Formats: sequence, structure tokens, C-alpha cells
Amino acid sequence: MLYALKIATRYLTANKAQTSLLVFGVAVGVFIFIFMSALIGGLAEFILSRTAGDLSHVTIEAEASNPRMLLGDVPGDVLLVQEKDTSREARLANADAFIPIIENLPGVTAISQQITGGGFLRRGTQTAQVSITGVEPDKVSAIVNLKSYLVQGTVELGAGKVLIGKRLADDMNFRLGQTVRLQADTGIDKAFVISGIYEIGSAGPDRRQAYVSIATARTLFAMPQGVSSIEIKLEDLYEADATAARIEATTGLPATSWTENAQQLLDALKAQAQTGLMLKSFALITIVIGVASALMLSTYRRRPEIGIMRAMGAPRSFVVVVFVMQGAMIGLVGGLLGAGIGYAVLLAFPSREAFQPGNLPIDITQGAYGVAILLTVVSATLAAILPARAASRVDPVTAIGQ
Amino acid sequence: MTEPLLQVRDLWKIFGEGDAETQVLKGLELTMARGEMSALLGPSGSGKSTLLTILGTLMQPTSGSHLMLGEDLTTASDKDLTDFRNLHIGFVFQFHNLLPDFTALENVIFPTAVRDGRETSAALERGRELLVRMGLADRIDYPSTSLSGGQKQRVAVARALMNRPEFVLADEPTGNLDRASANQVMELIGEINRAEGTTFLISTHDDKIAARCQRQILVGDGRVTG
Repeated sequence: MLYALKIATRYLTANKAQTSLLVFGVAVGVFIFIFMSALIGGLAEFILSRTAGDLSHVTIEAEASNPRMLLGDVPGDVLLVQEKDTSREARLANADAFIPIIENLPGVTAISQQITGGGFLRRGTQTAQVSITGVEPDKVSAIVNLKSYLVQGTVELGAGKVLIGKRLADDMNFRLGQTVRLQADTGIDKAFVISGIYEIGSAGPDRRQAYVSIATARTLFAMPQGVSSIEIKLEDLYEADATAARIEATTGLPATSWTENAQQLLDALKAQAQTGLMLKSFALITIVIGVASALMLSTYRRRPEIGIMRAMGAPRSFVVVVFVMQGAMIGLVGGLLGAGIGYAVLLAFPSREAFQPGNLPIDITQGAYGVAILLTVVSATLAAILPARAASRVDPVTAIGQ
Repeated sequence: MTEPLLQVRDLWKIFGEGDAETQVLKGLELTMARGEMSALLGPSGSGKSTLLTILGTLMQPTSGSHLMLGEDLTTASDKDLTDFRNLHIGFVFQFHNLLPDFTALENVIFPTAVRDGRETSAALERGRELLVRMGLADRIDYPSTSLSGGQKQRVAVARALMNRPEFVLADEPTGNLDRASANQVMELIGEINRAEGTTFLISTHDDKIAARCQRQILVGDGRVTG
């Protein structure tokens, strides 16, 4: 093996220009592989962070109870339609007891207890219908990262403070520090100071959402105990289904995974991943074809030498190993070079945290460098098998006579 | 009486089939003793090269028996023939056929290195000794492509002797050399034959080269004729 390695190395270094071109070609293929991995991975992360990332990955929500049937004894046939109660009165009465259990589940990174309900935001004669969310002041950015979307003020919530979206502020001509009145659908009305204005970039939360502290929400919705929902953030959002099932099994609370309402998004991400996989496969196929054709040419050019080696007692297996090793070395050097170039180029792109709209959402950590190098070495080695077999079948008599 | 090195009986080699059939060797008989240095003579197309190729185990005959060192080589597998060739047979070709990307020493030690899987210090030492013996002490680490024709052929002789083979086949070893270089190569071959008892079969058209050998084997029309 050692001697075959020496011969393979000598053959590759004998024609430096040709080998350099071949290695560079492989490196380009590897670069494309890595770039696509970082781009597709970064894009998926970006889309998820802008969609599911700002969603609760698992939500525990009290099941709405059906309204009681108040129909008494009525003679004759009666057609009765019972509609579900869609109001926010359903509550998780003893949620506090389960919080420590949920917090200790693997992969859970944040928990936010919330009280939600409808209401109106008023200033003077202006009125806007809003959805009010009461959150724990220290967990205001646990689920939706409001801090990162803040355009004015602060996210700190306390008594008498409200956070609103930029569109709502623009529509109503509200400014930071102004006093507004918030009236819950319970009829309870309180004065608030606008302490922060955020812009998520989505019309719903930017126009129809108001955040207050959970203590304030308890007053507004007359809920001294319990919460409307518990939102849970996970380290790996793809673990949401399993975690929801585990929560249900452990606590008996109805837990819903974000994926239940995001099938289209998942399908889109799947299609995107498949597109990336295809492009990466094409890059690998290019490497295989390049290496195979170059080694095939080398086999033809070195036929007399292969004939001499065979005449000197080199077994066919030795010839196969020499050519397969050439493929493996081209793959390894090309892979390392391509990975290096890939990493250097990706460094030029802003990190995911510093990403701005208009840039390519490339994630340098998702370059799949190891996989790219490994697949390239394997592909180049496999690509060398055909030329190697052809080399081992060279007839020494004919080859020496050439 | 000692066992002969080589015994060939009723050796036939036929190329092609039907109308394209060509009989190159037609029941050839040949015996060579150990330590013999023979010249193989004959006109072009007489079957000399085919005979050398078969004796060198690079080609199998169509029929007949081919015994060397007591082994029947006509029934051996490709792997066995390769191993046998590596251990017992050396080749010197007309055009030296050195590996162009290797130095003189690397060329010489190839048969041993390929057998051992690496370049051992013992192989390197023997390779150097052979090159010194061939008068190439100052060319040991030269790239083979930078050597003259005579030097290349001497490297080829050294390579043929590397594994101390019992039998060396030389196909027109001096055919591409000037007279001085040819004499030098033949003197080296004769010296090795005498000193180590290596058997040589040298195919040549040159009567002067043939005259240096102890025996002249004449081939004509696919048979040994004299």
C-alpha cells in the first residue's frame, strides 16, 4: 500500500499543471456544495426564524368549553345548533403546578404564561380593535423576540405600560410616551403609557396586537388565577411534535405543536431542501465525471508504463490501488481546498445575526464542510475505480510495444 | 544430470481464427540449462518475440508445455504467473522501457518494492550496488529521462537483475545503442552470467552479439531450426 501510494503521488506530481487543474475543478465542485449547503440551510433558518421562530413551538391552551344548553322542555321537534365558545374565557386554572415539570423537559428553552383577550385601544375619539396579550415582564421576548423588532422605546413592561405595533401607531398617529386607554372585552378600562413600538413586519401583530404585563391582563380580564395559554420555545423546533406528545403524556394538558398549523411552510422548506440536495448532487456528479475522465486519460497515456510494471511482476491489484489512490488524493486535496475556499468566501457574508433584508441569508455554520470533504473523497475514489480497472486490464505485451 | 532451467515441448501459438488465423509457433521445442547464455536468432516474423513473450509468462501458448524450474506454467493463474515472473524472470527490452517519472535507483528497485509493498533499506542498498556495478555510481538519483541511451539500458539491466532472477530475457538489448554502448552492455551481461550463473536468452539480429553467447538458437517458421 505504501509503495502504491508513492507511485500514485509521483504520477500526480509528475504533471503538476494537469493535476492542479483537476484539483481546482474538484475544489470548485466542493465550493458549490458548501455554498449551497450554507445558502439553503441559512435560508431555511431565516424563514423559520421569521415564521416559526417567532411562534410558540408548543402551545398549551385550555380547550374551549361548549356553552351550556339552557333549552327547557319545549313541545314538538326542536332543531338545536351548538357552536363552540371561541371567546378567550377558557383558562388553565392550575398551570403553575406544571411549569416546573415542563421546564425540566429536554430541549425546552423558554416558557411564557399568557393571558389573552380582545379589547379596544382609545385615544380621544380614535378607537382601534386590538388583541391584548399579557406576558410576564421578564419573558416578554421569550417567544416573539420583541426586543429585536423594537423601533422605539423599551420592551420592559410594568404597571400602566403597553407595547404596540408600528402600523397601529401610524394608523392611529400614536407616539411613544402618549397616554392611551385600553378597554378589555370584559368592559374593564385602564389608562396606559405607550412604552415601546415594535415592527415585526407582519400586518397582524403590527396592527392588531398590544402587549401588557400579565398582572395588568389579570385586572383587565378579571382573571385572578390561571392563564389562557402557555407558550413553549424549544432548542430544536423540529422536536415540537415529540415534545407536545411528551407534555400531554406527562401533564395531561392539551399541547399543540407548531407544525399542526404550518404544513404549507414545512412543504415549502422540504421542497427547498430537495432543490438544494439536487444542486449538491449535481456538484458531486460533476466531480465524479471530472475525476473519472481525467484518470481515464491518464490510464491511456500511461499504458506503456502500466505494461512495464506488469512485466516486472506488479499484480493487477497493485495497478488498481495506484489509480484508486490517485482518485482519493485528488478528492482529498480538492475537498480540503474547496472547503477552505468555501469557508473564506462565506466569511465575507454577514452572519445570520447581522443579516439585513436584501442580503443572501447565508449561514456559515451550515457549510457541511466535513460532509463535503468526505463525500468528495468517496466520490473521487469511486470515480477512479473504472479507470483503475481499465488500467489493470492493460495487456503488457501490447502496451510495452506502443 | 541437473534439471534444466527451462523445457518447452510442442509449443504452439496461434493468433486469430478462421481466415485470419496465423500460426506463429508451430510445435517449438527448446531446453535451456541453468547458467546458459544463449542468443536467439532468426528473421523477422520467425516467432522470436512471441517465444520470448511466452517464456517471460506475459502470454500463454495455445498449446504445448512450458516448464521452468520444474513448474508447469501453462496451467498457472494470472496471479501465480505474475508472482513467478517477479521472483524468477528479468526483462531487458530494446527500448529500455524505464518508468519516466522515476530516478535510476527507483527504476532498479521497482521489482522488489512492488513485491514488498515498500522501498526497504535492503532493496535500496542492492539497487545502489547494481547501479555501481553498471558504472552508474554518479547517476543513481538522476531522473531516468535525463540519462543517455546506453545509461538507460544499463539501468534496465540492473532492474532485470534486482530480484536475483534465474532467467533473464533480453529482447534486442543493444538494438538501439551505438557499438560502444552495446559492447558495454554485453560485457556486463556476460560478467553477471559468469559471476552469478544467471541464465540469459538474448534475442538479436547482430551476429557479433550472438558470437558473445555460448549458444546460438536459430528460430525459423515457428520452430527451432538450429
